This record gives sequence, C-alpha cells and structure tokens, in this order.
Amino acid sequence: MSEALLSVRDLSVEFTTYGRTQPVLRGVNLDVPARSHVALVGESGSGKTVTMKSIMGLLHMPPASISSGAILYDGRDLLTMSRRERLKLTSTDMSMVFQDPMSSLNPVFTIADQMSTILKYADRRLGRSRSGRERMQRVLEVLAQVRMREPERVARSYPIMLSGGMRQRVLIAMALLSEPRLLIADEPGTALDVTTQAQILKLLKDLVEERGLALLMITHNLGVVRETSDYVYVMHKGVVVEEAPTADLFASPKVDYTRSLIDAVPRLTGARPAMPVEAAP
Amino acid sequence: MEFLRFLLRRVLWSLLVLIGLSMVIFIIARAVPGDPARMALGPTATQEQVADLQKKLGLDRPIVEQYGLFVVGLAHGDLGRSLLTERPVNDDIRDTFAATLELVLATVFIAMVLGVPLGVVAAYWKDRWPDNVVRIVAIFSAVTPSFFLALLLQILAGYVLHILPTTGRLPPNFDFAPSHTGLVLIDALIAGRPDAFLEGLRYLLLPAVALAAATMGQMARITRSSMIDVSSQDYIEASRAFGVPEWIRVCKYMLRPSFVPPLTILGLEFASLIGNAFVVELVFAWPGMAAYGIRTILQKDLNAVMGVVMVSGVFFVLVNLVIDLLVGLVDPRVRIRGSRQ
Repeated sequence: MSEALLSVRDLSVEFTTYGRTQPVLRGVNLDVPARSHVALVGESGSGKTVTMKSIMGLLHMPPASISSGAILYDGRDLLTMSRRERLKLTSTDMSMVFQDPMSSLNPVFTIADQMSTILKYADRRLGRSRSGRERMQRVLEVLAQVRMREPERVARSYPIMLSGGMRQRVLIAMALLSEPRLLIADEPGTALDVTTQAQILKLLKDLVEERGLALLMITHNLGVVRETSDYVYVMHKGVVVEEAPTADLFASPKVDYTRSLIDAVPRLTGARPAMPVEAAP
Repeated sequence: MEFLRFLLRRVLWSLLVLIGLSMVIFIIARAVPGDPARMALGPTATQEQVADLQKKLGLDRPIVEQYGLFVVGLAHGDLGRSLLTERPVNDDIRDTFAATLELVLATVFIAMVLGVPLGVVAAYWKDRWPDNVVRIVAIFSAVTPSFFLALLLQILAGYVLHILPTTGRLPPNFDFAPSHTGLVLIDALIAGRPDAFLEGLRYLLLPAVALAAATMGQMARITRSSMIDVSSQDYIEASRAFGVPEWIRVCKYMLRPSFVPPLTILGLEFASLIGNAFVVELVFAWPGMAAYGIRTILQKDLNAVMGVVMVSGVFFVLVNLVIDLLVGLVDPRVRIRGSRQ
C-alpha cells in the first residue's frame, strides 16, 4: 500500500535507561490510507503509545532512540526530513486528539488564548497570517463544529469552568484548527464516563466522515475499535501480531492473543472471559 | 460581588490577627526583665526620679489598664513618646519607615528579576551545566549571612574599587529631600531630578544587593522545582504536539502555572525583610525602621518597640493581602474556587 497517507515501515524503537537498552518497538508496519479509519489496539505497554509518539515526533530522545525504519507521510520520510519541515507537517497536516481532558488543557489560560496561539503558529508554519480578530473567528467556528452550544462562552472560559465532556470537545477542536488530513486520536474519552465517551466517539466519527479525514485511533478498548474503525492492527510486546479489516477480526481472530483480547471484553450476557489475557512483561 | 466578600473576610481576619499581635507584644515587652525608667535615666538617677518617670509613663498602674491606654492610643493613631529619641514614636517611624520600605522594595525587585529567570534557566537545562551553576549560586547566596555579604560588598565596591558609596541614602549636604512618598527614587522622579535619582540609586545598590542575595537564591530554587513539576504535565506535551514554539511553551505555558509558589514565598520574604533588614541597615548606616527597632529594643524603649512591631504587623498583613490577590490573578483556579466557597 504505497499510496497510504501515513505509512510506518519496519519501525524499531529502543529505550536506554541506566545503561540498559530495551527494545520497545520491533519492526512495526502500519498503513493509514487517506480517508480511512484505522485502529491500533493493544494493552498497556504494548507499544501503541510509543508508535503514536514516534509518528508525532514526541519521543524524548534520549532515553528513546529510533534504531531503524521509516515513517512515510505522503511518501516522504518524517525521520529524515529537517526538523522544521517535520514540525510543519506534524503541527498542521496531522493532528493529535489528546486523551485526558482533565490534564491536557493549560489551567491558567482561557480556551480562546490556547486555541488562537496554536492557530497563530500553525498559520505561520504554512506561511499564512491572520489578524487577531480572524483567528478568534476561526476559533469560534471550530468550537461550533464540535457541537458546542455557546462557543463564545466556552472560548472565554478557563478549563476549570468546563465539564469533562466539554473539555474533550475543546481538545478535538484544537486538533481541527489547522484543517489536518490525518487525525491521531489517543484513546479520547477514556477519562470520561461511558455515556459521555460514547458521545465523544460519535462526534469524532461524524467529524472525520464529514471532512473525509483519515483517522488513526489508538486504544485498548475493542468496543471503541468496533465503533470507529474499518481496519485494525493488534499490537503486543512491541510487535504487530495481527492486522485485518475490523469485521473480519471480530468474526475470526487468527492469533490467540487477539482472541483473548476479544474474550476479555465484558459482556452483559453473563459469559465470563475464557482465559486471562497474558500480561505484558 | 463574590470577590468583595472574599476581600471583606480577609480584612476582618487581618484585624483579628493585629489585635492578637498587640496583646502578645504588649505582654512580652513587659515580661522582659529590666526597668525602662531606670535604663532611660541611667545609673546616677535617684530613686525618686525613677519613680517619677515610672508614674509619668504609667508603669505604676495595673497591667490591664496599661494595655487599655495602649489600645486607646493605637486607635487614635498615637504610639506615645520614645524614651530613646524623646520624640513622638509616630514621627520616628514616619521618618524611618520609608527608608526601610525603599530598601526592601529594591531587594524584592532584585530578587525577583534575577531569581525567577535563573530558576527558569535551571529548569530548562535540568541536570546539565546551567542547572548546576544556578544550583550552586542559589545555595551559596541562600546560606551566606547578609552581614557578611554586606561587609564584603562594602570593602570591594567601596574601599577597593571606589565605585559606590557605602553609607547613607544620599550624599551629605545634597540639596534634595524625599518629601512626597519618602522614597528617594520615586520622589526624585516626581520632582524631576534625574541627578537625585541616580545618586539615590548608587546609594541603594549595595545594601539592596546584600539583602537580596538570600531571597534571590530562594526564588531561583522554588521557580526551578515548580517549573520542573509543570514541565511534565500533559498540557505541556500537548502544546508541543500542536507545534507551539519552544520559547512560548517555556516562558508562557510553563512559567505562569509555575508562578504561584515563588509569588507566595516572595510575599513572605517581603514582609519579614521589613524587620530583618536591620543588619544590613546597621552596616550601611541606612536610616531605616529595622535599625531603629533594634536600638529601641536594646534600650527597652517600650512605646517605640510596640510601635515598630505594630507597623511591621500591619505591613505584613497588607503585603499578604496583596499577594493573595496577585495569586488569584495569576491562577484563575484560585479565583474561581475562592468565589465558589
């Protein structure tokens, strides 16, 4: 699939702490074609977050180092391009939706302040410029797009004045500011109650479909996978152990690990998981 | 409206604190051994003369009545007469307070504009050489006694290099007196006297630096640890992912949430410096209230001691009130929670 928008090729990452080197990703391959909805699922410690951070350039190096592989975006390798070019892509053409609405917003600045700062520098990277008023207009527009009823009031608010669900919407709005083509969502809504999380996922799905964006959903929750993706990668101990169209994966998982993950999903019908999920080291 | 209620509650609490302070200082001043009348008159005075002065000072009356008279005086803004200077304590404090205030303001200013950036630099390059340098500087400046630094600066800048004056607030026979606020620098600006401003600055520099070192070290350390705490927060990582430039992240998104602890410490330091400036004031012959307070304590000049303590107390309470308001300005969480209570 060379036409994929995002293509992770044979990516290996290791962490060095106190002189000991530990491989964390071992030859990960992953493709996100344009307009597709892909999920990356795995338990804590499986390497899904490290994969996401490698793509977004958020790994702290050291202790992390990328020992081999490539991350192609539109056919260009993010790992070999200049820092400036990479930042231009990661802060405008691809965007992150952060996981925890309680801690991912700066508590001492208003939503408007934080969003227009992001917009200002995204614009600058793209060689555009907007007046403060135009920026504010765009901020309100995006807040309305995430179904915020009173965009002006939300923009004027500090994070502490908003509910968890509203803060999560703000995080989605932040990701949409620069009109990206790829959204990378890191378990959005896990920190919220189930009903609110369902609303957030629905919103995210609608937005992605309306705009024809590609979505890479990173999650440990198979329910979320089923809801939001067409294609799944299952990660375990730093390796992609299985990939398949979502429906096929649920119908006939090929790998024991995947089967145990599916069985571990609690059901209302009373059946208990057949066997415990093998714990990560 | 909520805010006014918050303010009112704070003011009432402050009044209670001040009443408590007046009782404590009154009792302590009388519990200290030694007869103020005898000390004022000297060893050659007769018993009758001493008894006379005691009566004049009201020291022969019951202690509760003495306290009552003290509070009545306080309510009228009258602190009585000083035995040491034989002038009203009000006048003494009026003349000396401004000098101490100017010194302490300069001290706090220096401590903040040097300490906070040092802390930011140390946090940004954590565990690298700039951090080590800042930590060493901070430790040394925090543990060096102010009198030692004062003498060192005096010798270096005054006697060896001859670049700065070492005693007083202005040159002798200089035709300028701070008559508006009592602060030389401010009054020089008001009067449009750049020469007086410069002279005032030259005289202020050494004592302020000597006094500022410890607070600066403190500020650098607290800013550093607070910044390091904040730097690992998710919202800093998020702003990195959204491509907000590094310097905005550090100087805006990290510094402001980190600023409450240094600000609080600065407030406490500010208030305690008013009393603790005396060593530096004595070394530099700075005509301040802290030095006046020490001289009156040694003389058991009761009225003056109580006056100085009460003025310091009021100042302490006021500074803390201002700091609370500033903390609310810096961190909306404090403001919003405070008004919801």
